[in-house]
Amino acid sequence: MNFSEVFKQSNQLCKVSPDGKYLATCVQYRLVVRDVSTLQILQLYTCLDQISHMDWSSDSLFILCAMYKRGLVQVWSMEQPDWHCKIDEGSIGLVSSRWSPDGRHILNTTEFHLRVTVWSLCTKAVSYIKYPKVCQKGADFSRDGCYMALAERRDCKDYVSVFVCDDWHLLRHFETETQDLSGLEWSPNGCVLAVWDSCLEYKVLLYSLDGRLLSAYSAYDWSLGVKSVTWSPSSQFLAIGSYDEKVVYKEVEKRTAVGSDDLSLHNITIGTTLFNTQSKYEICPPPVQIPVVKPDPDRANPKIGVSTLAFSSDSRYLATKNDNMASVVWVWDMQKMSLVAVLQQTSAVRCFQWDPRRPRLALCTGNTKLYLWSPAGCVSVQVPAEGGLQVQSLSWHCSGDSLILLGKEQLCLCYMDQEDK
Amino acid sequence: MGEWWTTGPIGTSVGNYEISNISHVTMSPSRQNNLASMYSSLPLSYNVLGAFCTEDNIPQCVSYINQELDALGLSTCIEASTPRAAGLNSVPALNAMYELMQIHRRHMSSLEELEREQLKKSSTLDHVQMNNSRLKDQLELSMREKSGLHETERQLQLKIKTLQSCLKTEKDEVQKLQSIIASRASQYSHDAKRKEREAAKLKERLSQLLVDRKDKKLAIDVLNCLGRSDGKRSHWRTAKATVGHEGEMYKSLLNDYEASQRTLVLENAELKKVLQQMKKEMIHILSPRKPSPRGATADDSQEQANSDGEEKAGDCSRETLDQSCEHAREQLANSIRQQWRKLRNHMEKLDSQASLVQTQLECNQELILRETHEDEMERMRREVQQCKEFIHAQQQLLQQQLNTSFDDETAALLNDCYTLEEKERLKEEWRLFEEQKINFERERKNFTEAAIRLGREKKAFEEDRASWLKNQFLNMTPFTDRRRCSSSDGQSALSIKSEPEMRMSSTKTPLVKSSTYTPFSTPKPSLSATVPSTTELYRSLRLMPDSR
Repeated sequence: MNFSEVFKQSNQLCKVSPDGKYLATCVQYRLVVRDVSTLQILQLYTCLDQISHMDWSSDSLFILCAMYKRGLVQVWSMEQPDWHCKIDEGSIGLVSSRWSPDGRHILNTTEFHLRVTVWSLCTKAVSYIKYPKVCQKGADFSRDGCYMALAERRDCKDYVSVFVCDDWHLLRHFETETQDLSGLEWSPNGCVLAVWDSCLEYKVLLYSLDGRLLSAYSAYDWSLGVKSVTWSPSSQFLAIGSYDEKVVYKEVEKRTAVGSDDLSLHNITIGTTLFNTQSKYEICPPPVQIPVVKPDPDRANPKIGVSTLAFSSDSRYLATKNDNMASVVWVWDMQKMSLVAVLQQTSAVRCFQWDPRRPRLALCTGNTKLYLWSPAGCVSVQVPAEGGLQVQSLSWHCSGDSLILLGKEQLCLCYMDQEDK
Repeated sequence: MGEWWTTGPIGTSVGNYEISNISHVTMSPSRQNNLASMYSSLPLSYNVLGAFCTEDNIPQCVSYINQELDALGLSTCIEASTPRAAGLNSVPALNAMYELMQIHRRHMSSLEELEREQLKKSSTLDHVQMNNSRLKDQLELSMREKSGLHETERQLQLKIKTLQSCLKTEKDEVQKLQSIIASRASQYSHDAKRKEREAAKLKERLSQLLVDRKDKKLAIDVLNCLGRSDGKRSHWRTAKATVGHEGEMYKSLLNDYEASQRTLVLENAELKKVLQQMKKEMIHILSPRKPSPRGATADDSQEQANSDGEEKAGDCSRETLDQSCEHAREQLANSIRQQWRKLRNHMEKLDSQASLVQTQLECNQELILRETHEDEMERMRREVQQCKEFIHAQQQLLQQQLNTSFDDETAALLNDCYTLEEKERLKEEWRLFEEQKINFERERKNFTEAAIRLGREKKAFEEDRASWLKNQFLNMTPFTDRRRCSSSDGQSALSIKSEPEMRMSSTKTPLVKSSTYTPFSTPKPSLSATVPSTTELYRSLRLMPDSR
């Protein structure tokens, strides 16, 4: 395992291009593009203000830099460094900005979510989409980039609009049976759209691409409901994490909802082992006591329930984090429907992500260490950086060969060995 | 006449009753005194009375009656009017009778009183007994009531408990609902506050915009338009395009459905194959071990199964074509179920048989145990025998091995072989030792030769010194006898020389003794070539101080 030297970055804006060749980071108002393997600076762009958001286009040719305070978006080209593009939203303000899947359109959400403006870089044309919904995840593109689903709210009712990304033609517009739609997500095969309600009502609805309701699922009434939803990479299962600290792993049937399995996170007396290699992970025999932090009952959005779910790339493992045991990551085997490992860290887990190629989980807790888990074992690695790099978040390179570790103002790359664990 | 009786009518009026008019006396059943005895003999007394006094025995009767009266304590005595007459003196007789009647009356009254008392007492007794029984009944009733009340109390207690538990659950439920309500309320209020804040921001912005007239237009500034990502030209948005999109969407949906259907069909085929296999195997297991599977079986179901199996086996090829046929599927499922049921029954039968055998075993403990015991014993004996033979064979071989070394050489060789290594090592070490000793001896020889040379030189030097001194002395004193001086000097010089020689020779002996171990023999000491001792040598060479 090799570590690169430490570079500066601001705002945790550091992304690898989709083709895996370049690494773009933002330092204040500058955009720095490096080569991933040599980390040499290839391009340097200067924006007009401090960059709030940065993203690569899908063909890795363009980068957008959004400056929310100024309401500006600047687009830079990798092939032609002289090429420039500036989008000014004017007085209406800017809250979020993203690429379309074809890499030629930019969708800006204005302040107060008044509308979504679609800018075309090919034709300089503008389209508007009215009444976008303000929620956790209001818009999602399908994996193949053909369709976009957008949540809307008109007259106190929730709607979903499905657009064809080719020409932004509104394909379908249907009302959803939710009280207050909180998020939507396409299945990886692009045929089913999962829509879930806010935490005041437990409801997960599955709509097919053409707008038919396929199934509705609700585990219980009245208590706080869904906290997080994620699809398995095979599109066959949906994992729903809720405030009652349970994960519902539901098989998605095209016609009727068949069985669903509950993974209860309290049964830690059944077969938990922590693997150990040469570093500082201890193996504790079951039963293990995990400290539970009771959230304040008077506050909204209590820190309880399953907030993060992540499937491994082969759909075999599911990693979950429960907010009232924030220093623990639970790894479940989906084929056997059992708990495989419980990783208890010394402080709250800030970020974890699966390797895009193999079943390897990287996690960080805000200290100077990087933790890796795989079915064969787990390690904790000290990040060698002078001055100490507190790893706040991490992301894998698309090839799974390296990790990008982001600190508060710094970043570091970690190259994995090819025949590593 | 010895019999004692008394008579008398009930009632106070005596009158002129004739003794024959004794009325029938009714007796109260509770009389306990001798009144009963008195009256029981009444009919008898009538007859006896007639026989008591006759014409003949009047005086005896009179005397007897007098005696009786005396005994009763009455003073009047009856006497006969004339000694021979049958009559009596009426006055005393009447008096006696009167007194007797008085007595009788008294007795009767006391009797009455007693009777009355008794009646009273009996009635009180009755009364008391009745009371007693009544109270007992009452007591029983109240006891029953008490138990009934206990029972009701217990039931009520139970009810209270259940109600309390219900209450508890309800309270818990209420608590839970309250907490839910509280969390929902906090969530609502949070959301409401957020919305309010946003509305406020909107209002502010709106007012700002209304005031602030210079409206920044939204604009895009691109150096040059880009081509599409897929390189093609963009199309006009037409109705055909929209229909095309719909078509695309349905196509993708259909593809997805088809793909899932394909996988399902494959899965189905797999499962069907597995089921077929299972069915065949089950039939195989369950079929009886008879040569003719067809017709001769008494078991109807078995026959059916067999025929079913035959049918199925024959239809195998057809079935693969009928995969999607509902009928075939159902048939398969049913036949599997049937077979499984049979297998299960068979297993159950076997289980019960096994348990029966087990119980039988337990019943016929001695017989069977002995048999098994004997089998075990036989087996063990055989094993022991085998082991013994084995050990014997081993022993023989070992002995053979030990005793085959009659040949001396080989014996010696064999005997030596264990210590060969050590012997070699020892030889090696001896060799080294010898070498070292040789070296040491050589060195010593050199040393001694050097010492001898030194000694000789010293001697020569001393001789020179002596002669020189002699010459000096002779030169100094020309008047002394030269001859004497020279000889004495020579003698003294010689004596000086001989002294160390003497000493050397004395110390030579221990050295000789020490060298007897060595195979080398040191040269014999001779006066001319004495080998001085090491210490002497050292001393002479001034290597060691004169410590002696």
